[in-house]
Amino acid sequence: MASVEYFRRQSRWRPLETAFWLCTLLPFVVTPNYLSLASQIAITALFALSLDLILGYAGIVSLGHAAFFGVGAYTAGLLAKHYLGEPLAGLVAGAAAAGLLGYATSHIIVRFRHLTLIMLTLGLGLLLHEAANSASPLTGGADGLQGVKVGTLFGFRFDMFGRTAYAYSLAVLFICFLAARRIIHSPFGLALRGIRENPTRMPAVGAPSRAHLRKAYTIAAVMAGIAGALLTHTTSTVSLEVLSFGRSADVLVILILGGAGRLYGGIVGAIIYLVARDQFSGINPQYWYFWIGLLLVAVVMFLPNGILGGLSARHKKPE
Amino acid sequence: MLATRNLNKSFGSLVVAQDIALELPQGVRYALIGPNGAGKTTLINLLTGMVRPDSGEIRLAGEDIAGLTPDARVRRGLARTFQINTLFPQLTALESVTIAVLERERHAHNWWRNLARFDAAIEEASAILASLRLGDVAHRATRALAYGQQRLLEIALALATRPRVLLLDEPAAGVPKDESAELFAVISGLSQELTVLFIEHDMNVVFRFASRVIVMVGGRILVEGTPEEVGRDARVREVYLGKHARAA
Repeated sequence: MASVEYFRRQSRWRPLETAFWLCTLLPFVVTPNYLSLASQIAITALFALSLDLILGYAGIVSLGHAAFFGVGAYTAGLLAKHYLGEPLAGLVAGAAAAGLLGYATSHIIVRFRHLTLIMLTLGLGLLLHEAANSASPLTGGADGLQGVKVGTLFGFRFDMFGRTAYAYSLAVLFICFLAARRIIHSPFGLALRGIRENPTRMPAVGAPSRAHLRKAYTIAAVMAGIAGALLTHTTSTVSLEVLSFGRSADVLVILILGGAGRLYGGIVGAIIYLVARDQFSGINPQYWYFWIGLLLVAVVMFLPNGILGGLSARHKKPE
Repeated sequence: MLATRNLNKSFGSLVVAQDIALELPQGVRYALIGPNGAGKTTLINLLTGMVRPDSGEIRLAGEDIAGLTPDARVRRGLARTFQINTLFPQLTALESVTIAVLERERHAHNWWRNLARFDAAIEEASAILASLRLGDVAHRATRALAYGQQRLLEIALALATRPRVLLLDEPAAGVPKDESAELFAVISGLSQELTVLFIEHDMNVVFRFASRVIVMVGGRILVEGTPEEVGRDARVREVYLGKHARAA
């Protein structure tokens, strides 16, 4: 029984988590002028969470994760522009399109590892970025997709203060977080950690590693697509930047800063990264990346498991 | 239980397996011996599908498994361990063995139910660890285990797949002599229905624990027989002791 209890304890909801999620409501009352920043953070956190599923849990390093974010964003944008501005339909469509692309590319991705894998994800991301750039009749190219009309959400309009936007982004982030939490505490989640820890051993215990990885990659793509659709709905526009290499690199930095493989890493990373960008770019808009660079160097040198990893190591008593 | 015919493999001009024909009946304890570079580990890699043979046939309980992936062979009952620890460093011993049990029971694809609901699998993993005297360290991270315990965990992972044939690649590699006897006591205590083939260099261990011995040299099987037959064989003595042995 003690053994089963061990697994139960792993997945138990902790008081600190409840406190954290309650704190995410604070911006409504404490910083009502920063609600659009708050919704950017929630969207980026969701994007980082989706990367965590493949990087932190399955060990797939990707430099092209923006591909799924961008496909989700464009799908939601095109749907809202031409057919239907209903946000939830846009979320579903964005998720489905990104998931399809994820499933299709996963067949290539899972065959490779290490540097080859990183270059493949990078290459696929660049391909998509340029494809969207050249397909300007459809995507608006470098000018971005104009004329996205987002409808109301349960009767609420997306107001200029970003109230609806933050409530919407936060709710979707929370639901996706619950799903991710469930996945990592399932047998499949344990198998993913096994693949991350030792890809050679997994087939030797009878695990179809590639099938597991394809599934994880598809789930992560779906989640990234939802994040992209959220961005479209909360900003009523889609710029080419959603598919850019910069976005893929940023989300990787955010996850590493926060701590990969611990669910909250991406969220904490997104808060630090976007708040820092907001503050530093206020001081000097040209050179704010300098501070991000400094922060990244400091974290990876002194806290190799990210900020959350460093914090939890400090609190954990040695056995 | 496990049989091969005409199994061949070369890496370039280096022949690592030549015309290997094996026939391992159920329940027999085989020792696979031979000098370094004889192709012992390669043979295990060929049998388990980690290396593809150039030609030849591999049958497990009559079924041709040569075209199957390594994980599919494991699911049909052919498990192995590794000479160099190939474990999950940051997972606990219990988590590691639970992975193997869940894969065997076809639960590993389940991505929606909580792990704690699979209590039968967890209890079984726990029992396997206890049977290998790893019960006390089940909740410790693998990388924090003593080396000898990690060697036992290698075997625990293989047993959790409930194999019919178990291939052990130098199970006692790196373990001090007195502990290696303990390790082999565990191996000889395994179910009598299980077919076991182990690679081992210590002849005392081979003579004590193997019911039959296969000698490999240069990618070929030189001799197969009881430990006594193999011990008397002039060709084997030549390989192991050099040409002077004959004169002496």
